[in-house]
Amino acid sequence: MAFDYDKYIRPGKLPHIWCPGCGHGIVMKGLIRAIDSLKLDTKNTAIVSGIGCASRLPGYMDCCTLHTAHGRAAAFATGVKMAKPGMNVILVGGDGDGTAIGGNHFIHACRRNIDMTYIILNNKIYGMTGGQFSPATPTGAKASTTPYGNPDPAFDIAKLAIGAGATFVARGTAYHAAQIDKLIAEAIQHKGFSVVEILDDCPTTFGRRNKFKSVIEMMNHLKEIAVPVKAAEKMSAEQLQGKVLTGVLYKEDRPEYTSEYAKVIERAQAGK
Amino acid sequence: MEKTLPKIEIIEKYCKGCHICVEFCPTKVLEMQGFVAAVKNLEACIKCMQCELRCPDFAIKVITE
Ligand SMILES: Cc1ncc(C[n+]2csc(CCOP(=O)(O)OP(=O)(O)O)c2C)c(N)n1
Ligand code: SF4
Ligand code: SF4
Ligand code: SF4
Ligand SMILES: [Mg+2]
Repeated sequence: MAFDYDKYIRPGKLPHIWCPGCGHGIVMKGLIRAIDSLKLDTKNTAIVSGIGCASRLPGYMDCCTLHTAHGRAAAFATGVKMAKPGMNVILVGGDGDGTAIGGNHFIHACRRNIDMTYIILNNKIYGMTGGQFSPATPTGAKASTTPYGNPDPAFDIAKLAIGAGATFVARGTAYHAAQIDKLIAEAIQHKGFSVVEILDDCPTTFGRRNKFKSVIEMMNHLKEIAVPVKAAEKMSAEQLQGKVLTGVLYKEDRPEYTSEYAKVIERAQAGK
Repeated sequence: MEKTLPKIEIIEKYCKGCHICVEFCPTKVLEMQGFVAAVKNLEACIKCMQCELRCPDFAIKVITE
């Protein structure tokens, strides 16, 4: 049977603003299927974003939503979670929003291990503002601000999250659409700060400048570079050249922030 | 047993003509008709749901019973 996405979308909001072939819509569908599979109560689910094309996502969702300031989704989401620890809190945003202007919020939310799920739509560029390079833009790639090729190395966002202390880290791609809901659902169920990086395409500002002839070429590129973690175990360093690992990359149990904070309140009220 | 065919609904108002559904349908059921996707050969549909899954624009529904 056709999946009923409409149930989770604010009436009258479609068509969305994203360009033809932009993967953000594919990720949004994955998020909806994850919410549906876990039977989350949309009235008890907050979706929080910063600014960018990716950050427009919550506006379409018939949940509790917050569209905040550029890079600041984690700060606002922390406020929501502290006020209502029983709420499901999901952050959505782009690579620019999350790792450039919001980089500090990102790493400290990881370190703190507060129970939320952060979905980063990594299209390797500032899509919304016309294609400036981001911290995720690959070396050599062209952006409006690197017309002769980007001299900087890119962040590996999933590794950054693991290094900063996130206790669940996964990666998928917009091509591997059927996996997206599963990764997000597992991330939501994990108690602690979970990061799901989805490698995405921006045909409009990245594809055109970087010799991708079509949306299909960009999708096929995602297909080619992705290697599931299990398969990678049997591959040599040479075979893994230019590939990215997908699936659940890291998982750990560690005390969660709202629970720890509740203990602080208890101690303070007992006066010791 | 006779093969039952699904109903493929394409919401033209949402379709942005990205070609994704046409390209990734394994049995070439769909085609572009001008700006939007359209059903060319429903008989070939194997109900794999790939088109519905991949459409970034919520524009395609594969209705099986
Ligand atoms: C304080 C502030 N600085 C800069 C901007 C301009 N700005 C809007 S979106 C954006 C980048 C968005 O890139 P990303 O988060 O990767 O999202 P995408 O559009 O690629 O999905 C920037 C720099 C802003 N809105 N606010
Ligand atoms: S500019 Fe890029 S990221 Fe923004 S909607 Fe268009 S394709 Fe998507
Ligand atoms: S359900 Fe599968 S076979 Fe049928 S049109 Fe869609 S992609 Fe093609
Ligand atoms: S994938 Fe969706 S938006 Fe793209 S051509 Fe097909 S129906 Fe239209
Ligand atoms: Mg981006």
